[in-house]
Amino acid sequence: MVGRPAIVEARSVCKTYDTGTRALAQVDLDIRHGEFLTLVGPSGCGKSTLLSLIAGLSRPTAGRVRWWGADFAHTGGMGRKIGFVFQSPTLMPWARVTTNVRLPLDLAGASRRNADAAVAKALTRVHLTPFGDQLPRQLSGGMQMRASIARALVTEPDLLLMDEPFGALDEFTRQRLDTELLDLWSAQRMTIVFVTHSIHEAVFLSSRVAVMGAHPGRMLDSWAIDAPYPREPSFRLTRAFAEHAERLSACVADAGGDALPDGDAQ
Amino acid sequence: MRAHRERLLKILAPLGVAIVALCAWQAFVELWKIPPYIVPSPVRVAQTLVGDRALLLGSLGVTMEIALTALALAILIGVAIALLFVQSRWIEMSLFPYAILLQVTPIVAIAPLIIIWVRDTRVALILCATVVAIFPVISNTTLGLRSVDPGLLNLFRLSRATRWQTLWRLRVPSALPYFFGGLRIASGLALIGAVVAEFVAGTGGQGAGLAYQILLAGIQLNIPRLFAALVLIAVAGVAMFAATVALSRIALARWHESEMRHDA
Repeated sequence: MVGRPAIVEARSVCKTYDTGTRALAQVDLDIRHGEFLTLVGPSGCGKSTLLSLIAGLSRPTAGRVRWWGADFAHTGGMGRKIGFVFQSPTLMPWARVTTNVRLPLDLAGASRRNADAAVAKALTRVHLTPFGDQLPRQLSGGMQMRASIARALVTEPDLLLMDEPFGALDEFTRQRLDTELLDLWSAQRMTIVFVTHSIHEAVFLSSRVAVMGAHPGRMLDSWAIDAPYPREPSFRLTRAFAEHAERLSACVADAGGDALPDGDAQ
Repeated sequence: MRAHRERLLKILAPLGVAIVALCAWQAFVELWKIPPYIVPSPVRVAQTLVGDRALLLGSLGVTMEIALTALALAILIGVAIALLFVQSRWIEMSLFPYAILLQVTPIVAIAPLIIIWVRDTRVALILCATVVAIFPVISNTTLGLRSVDPGLLNLFRLSRATRWQTLWRLRVPSALPYFFGGLRIASGLALIGAVVAEFVAGTGGQGAGLAYQILLAGIQLNIPRLFAALVLIAVAGVAMFAATVALSRIALARWHESEMRHDA
C-alpha cells in the first residue's frame, strides 16, 4: 500500500460542534489511491463526521484536509470526483429510479444522450436494469440501496464515500450487497471509504481498516487486511478473518470507550 | 371485497343520516304546523330552490366567481411569498409577523377599509376573500419548501447544484403535499371570505351574490329562500373542497403516503 499517492490527506483534524461536543480530536488519515478503507468504531467515535469532512460537506474546526493535493476552494471539479452513499437510500420519492440515478448528471448539465447511457450502465452494475421505471416505494430496502449506489456511480467517481450504507438491511441482503460492492470496486478500480460499526463487515470488505475510538473521536489503529481478492463468503470462516476481527474488538476494548458492539446483529 | 363494502358504507351511512334528518324535519314542521316564515319544510325549501332558480343560480355564479378568483390570487401571491421567504431567513423573519397580523385581524374589521379604498365593489370583495384565504397557502408552502430530506440536500450540495436547481428539483416537489394541505383550507376560506365580505360591503341589482340574497330574504322574512341560499353556499363549499382533494390526489397519488390507497 505504501508508495501509492494519497488522494485525501487529513492532518490534525479536529471537529467541535456548537454544542461543545468534541466529535473529532487530532485525527490524521491518508486515503490512498485504489484502496478499500473502512472506518470502523463504536457509536460516537466520529466516523460519520470524518466522512463528511472528507466529502467536503463540513469544514474542520482545526487542522486541514487536502484533496488531490489541493485545498477545498481549488478543487473545482470535485463534485464529479466524489460519490456519496448515505445511511438511508435518500431517493426522491416522486421520481422514477432512472431519474433518481441521473440526478448528479442532470445537475452537472450533462447532455441527455450521454446521461442516459451512463444511467443504463450504472443500473446494469447494480443489477437494477429491469426496475428503471419503478418508483422508489415500489422497491425493497435492498433495491433502494442499490439505486442509491447506482446514483453515486453514475458520475464515475474516483472516490466513493459510503456512510453505513447497509446498516438498516437484513443480514442476508447485507452480505449479498457486500459481495456485489467488492465486485464493483475491483471492476471499477476506484477508491472506497466505507463507514460501518460492524466488525465483520469491516474485515470482510477492506484492504485496510482504520479503527476509531469515542469520547473524543480519535484514530486508534490502522492496518492492512492482506487476504487476497476476490473474497468468497467462505473467507468469513477462515482463521485469518477471526484474527483480524479479534484484533479489531481488542483495539476498541483496550481504548476503554464504548466496547459494546452497539446494536449490531452480527 | 371488504374495501368495496367500506367505500359503500362511506357513502350510505351519511346518506342515511340525511334522509332520517330530513324526514324528521318534515314531520316536525307538518305535525306542529310551524309556519314557513319560522321554519320552512325541506319540501318547501326544495320548491323554492326550483322556483327561484334563475335568481339564486345567478347569485351563486357571482359568489363562486369571487371565491374562485380570490383562491387563484391567494395561490399565486401566497406561493410567491413562500418562495421569497425560503430565499433567506432574514426576509422570512422580517415579513412573517405581518402575514400573521393579516391572518389574526378579522376580515369584518378590514373589509370596510378595503371597500372605501377600492372603488369597484367586485374587486374589493375579491381582495377581502384573498386576504382571508392566503395565510394557509403561505404558511404551508413555506413549511413544505423547508421540509427537505437533509440527505438529499447534502447530495445536491455535493453535486454543486445551483440555488435554482435545488429549488426547482428538490424544494418544490417536496413542498407539494404541504401546499395541497394548505389549499384545502384556503378553498373553504375563500368562500367564507367572499360571503362575509359581501355581508359587510353589500351589493345589489345584477351583481348580487348569495350573501345579499340571504340578507334580503331575512329582511323580507322570505325564510324558504334564505334556506335555499344557505343550501347553495354549503353545496358550493363542499364542491370546492372536493375539487382540491381530487387535485391533490392526481398530483400525489403516485408517490405520497397521504394519497396512497392502502386498501387496493
